[in-house]
Amino acid sequence: MSASELKARFKLNYGEFDLDLDLSLPVAGVTVFYGHSGSGKTTLLRCIAGLEHAPYGYLRIGDTLWQDSERGVFLPTHRRNLGYVFQDANLFPHLSVRANLDYAVRRMRCRERKISLQQAIELLAIAPLLARMPERLSGGERQRVAIARALAASPDILLMDEPLAALDEERKQEFLPYLTGLQQNLRIPILYVTHSRHEVNRLADHLLVMAAGKAVACGPLAETLTRLDGPLAADRMAASVWQGRLVSHEADYHLSHAEFAGGNLSLPYLDAKPGSPVRIRIYARDVSIALQPPQASSILNVLPAEVRAVADLGQGQSVVQLAAGGEILLSHITQKSAALLKLAPGMPVFAQIKGTSIVG
Amino acid sequence: MPNSSDYAALWLTFKVAGLATLLLLLLGTPLAWWLARSASRWKGVVNSIVALPLVLPPTVLGFYLLVLMGPAGIVGKFTQWLGIGTLPFSFGGLVAASVLYSLPFVVQPLQNTFVAIGNGPLEAAATVGAGPLDRFFSVALPLAKSGFATAGILGFTHTVGEFGVVLMVGGNIPDKTRVVSVQIYNHVEALEYSQAHWLSGGLLIFSFLVLLALYSSKHVQPLNRAAK
Repeated sequence: MSASELKARFKLNYGEFDLDLDLSLPVAGVTVFYGHSGSGKTTLLRCIAGLEHAPYGYLRIGDTLWQDSERGVFLPTHRRNLGYVFQDANLFPHLSVRANLDYAVRRMRCRERKISLQQAIELLAIAPLLARMPERLSGGERQRVAIARALAASPDILLMDEPLAALDEERKQEFLPYLTGLQQNLRIPILYVTHSRHEVNRLADHLLVMAAGKAVACGPLAETLTRLDGPLAADRMAASVWQGRLVSHEADYHLSHAEFAGGNLSLPYLDAKPGSPVRIRIYARDVSIALQPPQASSILNVLPAEVRAVADLGQGQSVVQLAAGGEILLSHITQKSAALLKLAPGMPVFAQIKGTSIVG
Repeated sequence: MPNSSDYAALWLTFKVAGLATLLLLLLGTPLAWWLARSASRWKGVVNSIVALPLVLPPTVLGFYLLVLMGPAGIVGKFTQWLGIGTLPFSFGGLVAASVLYSLPFVVQPLQNTFVAIGNGPLEAAATVGAGPLDRFFSVALPLAKSGFATAGILGFTHTVGEFGVVLMVGGNIPDKTRVVSVQIYNHVEALEYSQAHWLSGGLLIFSFLVLLALYSSKHVQPLNRAAK
């Protein structure tokens, strides 16, 4: 087993609710636990933190054993070197922002600091808030302080439980760049719980999909999103997420050009330097299929692709999995179209992408 | 004018109430903490026992304490074995009885405060590395300040105001167990109304001022919530 792997097995029963998991996750980048409310994703996160004590459980992060019920091992939360960001921040109400951070710094559980307090303060832009009391912070500010406090303890892994759930839509948009910033600037692995597909598309490197206390899909983001036997390829939000880099701008048309493993695409103008990383989401409903390259079309982005698989969604709908270069693309078309085009695995086609959106 | 035995009774009352309040806070805090956070099935039983003095006639409590602490009672045998004699009709007995009698007035506000603090701040403290004792002293105690103020004030004033238990357990011994409430009773029995007025009026004003402070302060939870 590699050192950077999280092995987790939990069995837990709360009356109506059963959690039953056997997972192996990478301890790198952002792993998102996605599911509807009641799917057990928060309970899983709490089990990992030791805030919930699953009667049957095994948990190892890298070489560190945190729980093994068969051998009677259960490391209490305060001795696990983790950071935890709660849905409602949970700042200490009797301490100023500065004192909240110091509280964590004084109780650091490791010898070497991976992130300096100053770095955490800068990354989350909370320097102007240090003297304030938590009750005088807005929801977004509170969450930023909560993240800084978690980082101040210099954790090996950061656990975040729907940190955006308490914020309104506008605050969420303001807040997301901080999360992307964490991801890009720190080498600290993150486990992130959410029920928002947008946050999945924007933040995840690795994805665990949960339902009714069980894992229904787990793997790298691009693959998990586009698996036809997975739960995410079928619904209206079905999409593929591509990561690439910006190549050039075409200011006259308010466009930017970016290159991906799947091909080059024109995107809505993105205010960033050529060479910057870019992450886009392509909805399956925005991808149509043609057998010939369209001659005169309003659609700018047409990529040669190969049909990998076709599946019925019912209600006259089909989902087609396409391979474009090194990337996978999903397309939702009608069953009739799929039949007329006689789509079958291995067939060369052209994917017409009606719209893309930049998610990060 | 109050005479020297009135002053002695006053001094004794404040000694008993002060010591009882101190002991109540020391014993009541862990008890309230356990009641607020435990999921034990014994919780209901313990809650009921703690609340008993709220509903029992003080004489009932006093009677049983007398029996228990007397030479033939379990507590009495124990204190005799320790070599400190028996507790009834002594200062120690008075304090012990006061602690039991005022227990709900200290435990309940503390328990409510601990429940109100909730798990959130304590879990947050655990995730940044604070152990159980550390969490209690660095998070729970400072957040429970108002609960402690209420509990202390209620414990103290309630002890000052007791009569039935005091008379049963302590008797009426000058300088030793004769507290203000008993002294007032003596004055009235002896038809010394002006003496009784001095002490009664004094207690009345004292109690009113304490309650006024309790109700006016933003930081102290009001009585009706405390003694829910």
